Amino acid sequence: MHAIHKILAKNAGLERVEAGEIVNCNIDFVEINDLYLQTIYSFWEMGGERVFNKDRVAFVFDHYSPAPTIKTAQIHKEMREFVKEQGLTHHFDINKGVCHQVLPEAGLIYPGMIVVATDSHTTTHGAFGAFGTGVGATDMASILISGKLWFRVPEVIKIEINGSPAENTYAKDVILHILGKVKADGAVYKAIEFCGDYVEKLGVSERMTICNMAVEMGAKTAYMKPNEAVLEYVRARTDVEFEIFETDEDFEYDEHLVFDINGLKPQLAAPHSVDNNIAVKDAEGVKIDQAFIGSCTGGRFEDIEAAWKVLKGKKIHPDVRLVIIPASDEVLLKIMEKGYMRDLIEAGATFAAPGCGPCLGTHAGILADGEVCITSTNRNFPGRMGSTKASIYLASPMTVATSALYGYIREPIS
Amino acid sequence: MENIITGRAFVFGDNIDTDQIYPGRYLELVDPEEIKEHCLEGADEEFAKKVRPNDIVVAGRNFGCGSSREHAAITLKSAGVGVVLADSFARIFFRNATNLGLPLITCKGISERVKTGDILEVHLKEGLIINKTTGEEIEGEKISDYIFNILEKGGIKNMYK
Ligand code: SF4
Repeated sequence: MHAIHKILAKNAGLERVEAGEIVNCNIDFVEINDLYLQTIYSFWEMGGERVFNKDRVAFVFDHYSPAPTIKTAQIHKEMREFVKEQGLTHHFDINKGVCHQVLPEAGLIYPGMIVVATDSHTTTHGAFGAFGTGVGATDMASILISGKLWFRVPEVIKIEINGSPAENTYAKDVILHILGKVKADGAVYKAIEFCGDYVEKLGVSERMTICNMAVEMGAKTAYMKPNEAVLEYVRARTDVEFEIFETDEDFEYDEHLVFDINGLKPQLAAPHSVDNNIAVKDAEGVKIDQAFIGSCTGGRFEDIEAAWKVLKGKKIHPDVRLVIIPASDEVLLKIMEKGYMRDLIEAGATFAAPGCGPCLGTHAGILADGEVCITSTNRNFPGRMGSTKASIYLASPMTVATSALYGYIREPIS
Repeated sequence: MENIITGRAFVFGDNIDTDQIYPGRYLELVDPEEIKEHCLEGADEEFAKKVRPNDIVVAGRNFGCGSSREHAAITLKSAGVGVVLADSFARIFFRNATNLGLPLITCKGISERVKTGDILEVHLKEGLIINKTTGEEIEGEKISDYIFNILEKGGIKNMYK
């Protein structure tokens, strides 16, 4: 069995599971974000009274944080009432940050667990050796009632990444390159395991970036075998005893793809599809109106640090807005302590409160008709960040910062 | 739920994502009557005005990719779409639609064999699509008993009640 299958088997109380089988699993932790008031309505409609376990359910206010409209304020209000009424142990209000960032920071994510959230990017937690997957409101309501959810046991695709990319080339560049090859529907309904010498050396932040974008290939979940960096991160935040599952040597993968990334240069996804991959060099000179650094893909400490390296002591181009939104309060505090925030504000950046920001086009940096944005986020669908007539380029934080400096798309310079 | 659905086809391309089905800026709406006004707005701004009960959305590969927003399934269902036919569907969308009682049929090559405006007769359980305009019969994948049972009850909520 694969490590992922062993996680599913354990939580289903079975010795073995096979790909294609339907299993009913206990869920270790669930998270509902503030787009999904429907979850609470469905919970009541379905006859729910108390959630299955008050220690294993959390709401995170991130997509509408702080509330930009009266309707969203109402959503937060009704959710807070539910949290109080149910006596939930964990709650992440508007002062915390993006769901996929704050859960690991709070020590709620660890190897071998199943985490389900009302968000497609729950694949991010594969970086910690957890089984993470996204569902909609009605599926979530059925978990709140029963603590369980059915899954079709997925086939597993192995993506092996070897080598060292060129200077100023990060995990974001690597995953955009892979997406260009595997395509947006290359892994629909399947799990992806990322491995190889490149992955083994990565720190927590970059591992999260890669697993985050697995869903852009359609994957149900992502998995990386925990490395030392992960274990250190998790042990510093929780006392939970966890198990790391090993994939059996004779396990047969559905597909085995090998990427040699030696010398890979910075990459982009050009409008309007995540798999529309080109090298940054090939788009050099495209004028931009906005640059954005933030989100569960590219708003961590290391991401903002990369931007700081480019921009300290300089000024961004006068025709460009640079919006920076730290993924969490922890990230915000750290860049403040380091003095990065001051340097970036002096360079011309605009900061907003931790949360999703303009990543999904609800507030804090929306695009107008005809505008061009380069962003460290994960989706460039038409209308994702505002107008359907805007163009979105996905890139690494360092490429975003470099482009903000010059006013047009440009490869980072040594 | 009827096993046979007859309606006009509206044909879309590959990778119609949840932002095109239901743009993020309307996610704060919770009333299905308001949600249906923005159905497929990112792909065809006029669709919500044109659609009539039992009309049929036809698409290419990976329909419903992107976010887990249930609004994407709610908007199609409450706009009256009878069934969605596509080369393939994204996973979360598939679960959401099924949970809400909106039937989906996977049918390779369907978007190339049907034109917008064709009248289709879809036999859900058999996965059979008859193009009344051209006379062509197209075989899609059968809906499994497990899923058909959920659809017949009008969605998963009714199974909990
Ligand atoms: S930051 Fe963007 S991708 Fe991540 S959870 Fe928020 S809206 Fe979704």
